Amino acid sequence: MMENKNRTKGVVSGIIANLVMVEVSGPVSQNEICYIELSGESLMAEVIKVIGKVAYVQVFESTRGLKVGNTVEFMGHMLEATLGPGILSRNYDGLQHDLDKMDGVFLKRGEYTQAIDPNAKWDFKPLAKVGDAVSAGSWLGSVKENWIDHKIMVPFKFEGSYKVKWLAEAGNYMASETMAVLEDENGKELPVTMIQHFPVKLAIKAYTEKPRPYRLMETGIRIIDTLNPIVEGGTGFIPGPFGSGKTVLQHALSRQAEADLIIVAACGERANEVVEIFYEFPHLDDPRTGRKLIERTTIIANTSNMPVAAREASVYTAMTIGEYYRSMGLKVLLLADSTSRWAQALREMSNRMEELPGPDAFPMDLPAIISNFYARAGYVRLNNGSTGSITFIGTVSPAGGNLKEPVTESTKKAARCFYALSQQRADSKRYPAVDPIDSYSKYLEYSEFQEYLSEHISVDWIDKVELARNLLLRGKEANEQINILGDDGVPIDYHLRYWRSEVIDFVILQQDAFDKVDSSTPLERQQYMLNLVLNICDTSLDFDSFEEVNPYFKRIINLLKQMNYSDFKSEQFNNFENELMATLNERKAA
Amino acid sequence: METIAFKKIYTKITKITKATCSLQATGVGYDEMAEVNGRLAQVVKINGDNVTLQIFSGTEGIPTNAEVTFLGRPPMLKVSDDLAGRFFNAYGQPIDGGPAVEGEEREIGGPSVNPVRRIQPSLLIPTGIAGIDLNNTLVTGQKIPFFADPDQPFNQVMAMVALRAKADKIILGGMGLTNDDYLYYKNVFDNAGALDRIISFVNTTENPPVERLLVPDMALTAAEYFAFDKKETVLVLLTDMTLYADALSIVSNRMDQIPSKDSMPGSLYSDLAKIYEKAVQFPDGGSITIIAVTTLSGGDITHAIPDNTGYITEGQLFLRRDTDIGKVIIDPFRSLSRLKQLVIGKQTRADHPQVMNAAVRLYADAANAKTKLENGFDLTAYDERTMKFAREYSQNLLAIDVNIDTTGMLDKAWGLFAKHFSKAEVGIKQEFVDMYWPENA
Repeated sequence: MMENKNRTKGVVSGIIANLVMVEVSGPVSQNEICYIELSGESLMAEVIKVIGKVAYVQVFESTRGLKVGNTVEFMGHMLEATLGPGILSRNYDGLQHDLDKMDGVFLKRGEYTQAIDPNAKWDFKPLAKVGDAVSAGSWLGSVKENWIDHKIMVPFKFEGSYKVKWLAEAGNYMASETMAVLEDENGKELPVTMIQHFPVKLAIKAYTEKPRPYRLMETGIRIIDTLNPIVEGGTGFIPGPFGSGKTVLQHALSRQAEADLIIVAACGERANEVVEIFYEFPHLDDPRTGRKLIERTTIIANTSNMPVAAREASVYTAMTIGEYYRSMGLKVLLLADSTSRWAQALREMSNRMEELPGPDAFPMDLPAIISNFYARAGYVRLNNGSTGSITFIGTVSPAGGNLKEPVTESTKKAARCFYALSQQRADSKRYPAVDPIDSYSKYLEYSEFQEYLSEHISVDWIDKVELARNLLLRGKEANEQINILGDDGVPIDYHLRYWRSEVIDFVILQQDAFDKVDSSTPLERQQYMLNLVLNICDTSLDFDSFEEVNPYFKRIINLLKQMNYSDFKSEQFNNFENELMATLNERKAA
Repeated sequence: METIAFKKIYTKITKITKATCSLQATGVGYDEMAEVNGRLAQVVKINGDNVTLQIFSGTEGIPTNAEVTFLGRPPMLKVSDDLAGRFFNAYGQPIDGGPAVEGEEREIGGPSVNPVRRIQPSLLIPTGIAGIDLNNTLVTGQKIPFFADPDQPFNQVMAMVALRAKADKIILGGMGLTNDDYLYYKNVFDNAGALDRIISFVNTTENPPVERLLVPDMALTAAEYFAFDKKETVLVLLTDMTLYADALSIVSNRMDQIPSKDSMPGSLYSDLAKIYEKAVQFPDGGSITIIAVTTLSGGDITHAIPDNTGYITEGQLFLRRDTDIGKVIIDPFRSLSRLKQLVIGKQTRADHPQVMNAAVRLYADAANAKTKLENGFDLTAYDERTMKFAREYSQNLLAIDVNIDTTGMLDKAWGLFAKHFSKAEVGIKQEFVDMYWPENA
């Protein structure tokens, strides 16, 4: 490590797992980063509490072998993300170290790799001119990163206004070269490269306003797009017991969502799930660009066996990278799996610091931490008038599948879309197991969004969605009645009601995430299918006894499912639809 | 960690609790091993000169003037091919009367694999049990527990799976294993002529509970040696992880930590994940697969131990006694193998995923019909058929004593479909129906 006379030094005075007490010989600040020397390795740590001359630091590594008296050097800044071209397609750990650049199969303690290659060359095109007045986040130029126009911006740390004194000409430059010189109000000149740093725990606020989001973000998942849509810049969360398909749903979102780029924060989850992304995304095509999915994806992998403290940092690192790309006017989708693991990391630390515990031993300020984090997502209008967004969807792993636990309850207050995964639906293999009755999207109540839908889909779309929702609810009620009174104890109409809701369930709600065709449904097709299904539900049918209802609807559902498996409007699709119409006519009431 | 030329002996203990003791000492490393009157201990807290040690076998009879020496190293295991066929205690010392194992000393509980260096698990582990191979296919590099009540035959099923899985090495980590079960495993492996492939680290109910905390790390350090250094396929059996977690809660309680759900330590998830995440497919062919047992109390999977386990492992297997056929089956509803998607329909026949789902769905219909019957309602003809199907499905496929290959299982399932249902009722993709529906059933 570079010697620096101005940096505060300290020595280790106590150790409890990854909480280390350091006696300091100068000023330290909360959340400051320090490095602890341990026989040639330096372990990264963050200040989380200071009492008198003792700084309590959480170490992002195992502290095995650490001794009282080991020296510590404080860096004078908080945990920062490194921002610049070359972040896309990277696999980082929670502290933004490039996992691919590390040696060996096993992670080595204290091996820290650079997030961005300073020597990588990029084709630069200036966007600003000499003499332009600029401020933090202003676009100075752009480089092509994969297929994205990556903006080189005035660093977010720059406060106040500046004038462009010099700007590099179009050409090929290294990321670490000076691309512009800015002059501040006092005439001081500041060089700007393609790389900048920003503390992960602070929000990047280089925008003029944060209007209410209103544009649908297509995900290809029918139960989301049709019934509980999420918007560009929206927030949502997916709570569910284990085995209910949280990760499959998140992976489907990361593959299909209509975003410019995807940031996946694998936070305290299984390593094999991340490996799935490593393996599949380089081969899967992004239907919108024709490029490979990996080209628009950045993965922050802090799997469950990696150090706990870095788990907390990982979600912030991911959010900061998202904010950086949002400032370029891009649509970012940020997925975090799972925010419960993050909350647990907070709990472990709070416990070691012997803080008084809140509910379930979580720290008292957990709801505030969660809502602050969700508030960093959103749709923004940038200083130059263009817009960008971060759509954030987190999963929650409620203990025992019980939604009345602190993480779920805190998240429910912060997120606008709620995709409740139900054990019962998962058990009966009705995937995605999103509960159609409990789940909601608050965005359906936004007048801006309602206008958007009537303009882009159809005027009566929201009414249709509401109708489908009502039919589902009535079907559920009818089913309960049938179960209480028996098949022959209720009018045939109850059976019809139940089976109509089953048609919606099987054809619209359920979707085969592993089938090539069915896994992603474009909006046009979703509209077509919903219309078709509502049409079937609206058709009055004649039955002589309840026993005829079940086999008849099974045929209807089977044909509709075969349509779902066929390419849209292909010959096969049309044949199944014709057969469906013929089947419907068999029973159509005169 | 550097080795120390001479060992300083401390004799002044300032504090003794049920599991820990504290003393004034300097130059001590965190996690370092120590001996307190010959008993093994580990450093768990350092505050200035004040060092707290956790004594694995308990502090009974430890005097304030006990001799304490620090060993200058974390817990280690000597690894070499000589481990094969041997039985050890939680400290890695032989308990089979054989000589100590010579080999390279390795720290246990070492670093994790860089996720980008992992290979996606892709090799199917055949077990011949349809409840596993057909519905919940296992893959090398997977970690999966049996969730079972203490009275269920999980040890038998696990031994059966281990022997059929054709692993190069089987490593048994026994935590709080009763002596009888320990002998059962020994006999089964011996009778199968597999003893030379087995390595056991055993803490029985007769040993102090806190010692158990070392067992998984010992077993997995040995596993990493064979899987990574020797590129072998290694199967690790961990039984019973509930007793391991109980030991964790004892220690955290003695350390005055604030308990979270069900009196478990707040770090339970991370503690368990550290163990289970050692399951891996290495790039050069070796793999570690972990099959564990988590015993439940009264089938309650919302308890903190099975709950946290379920979030870590790649699925879970439930055993259930099917009273209709009087046999133990692998419960198709609650069991799940998350990695099955990587192999089914790829290494097995293409119709596997759809057949599996259709059968389970029809089995669920049968369960509904049964509820209806129990509530005194009339059954429809369809209900009757599903119940007949369910009985045969249970008998011929789900029961753990069935031993056939996957293609055989699929054919059997198609046979049952055709016998009891129409094509529309089964609802499988047309191309598979055209190919496999037995017309003259």
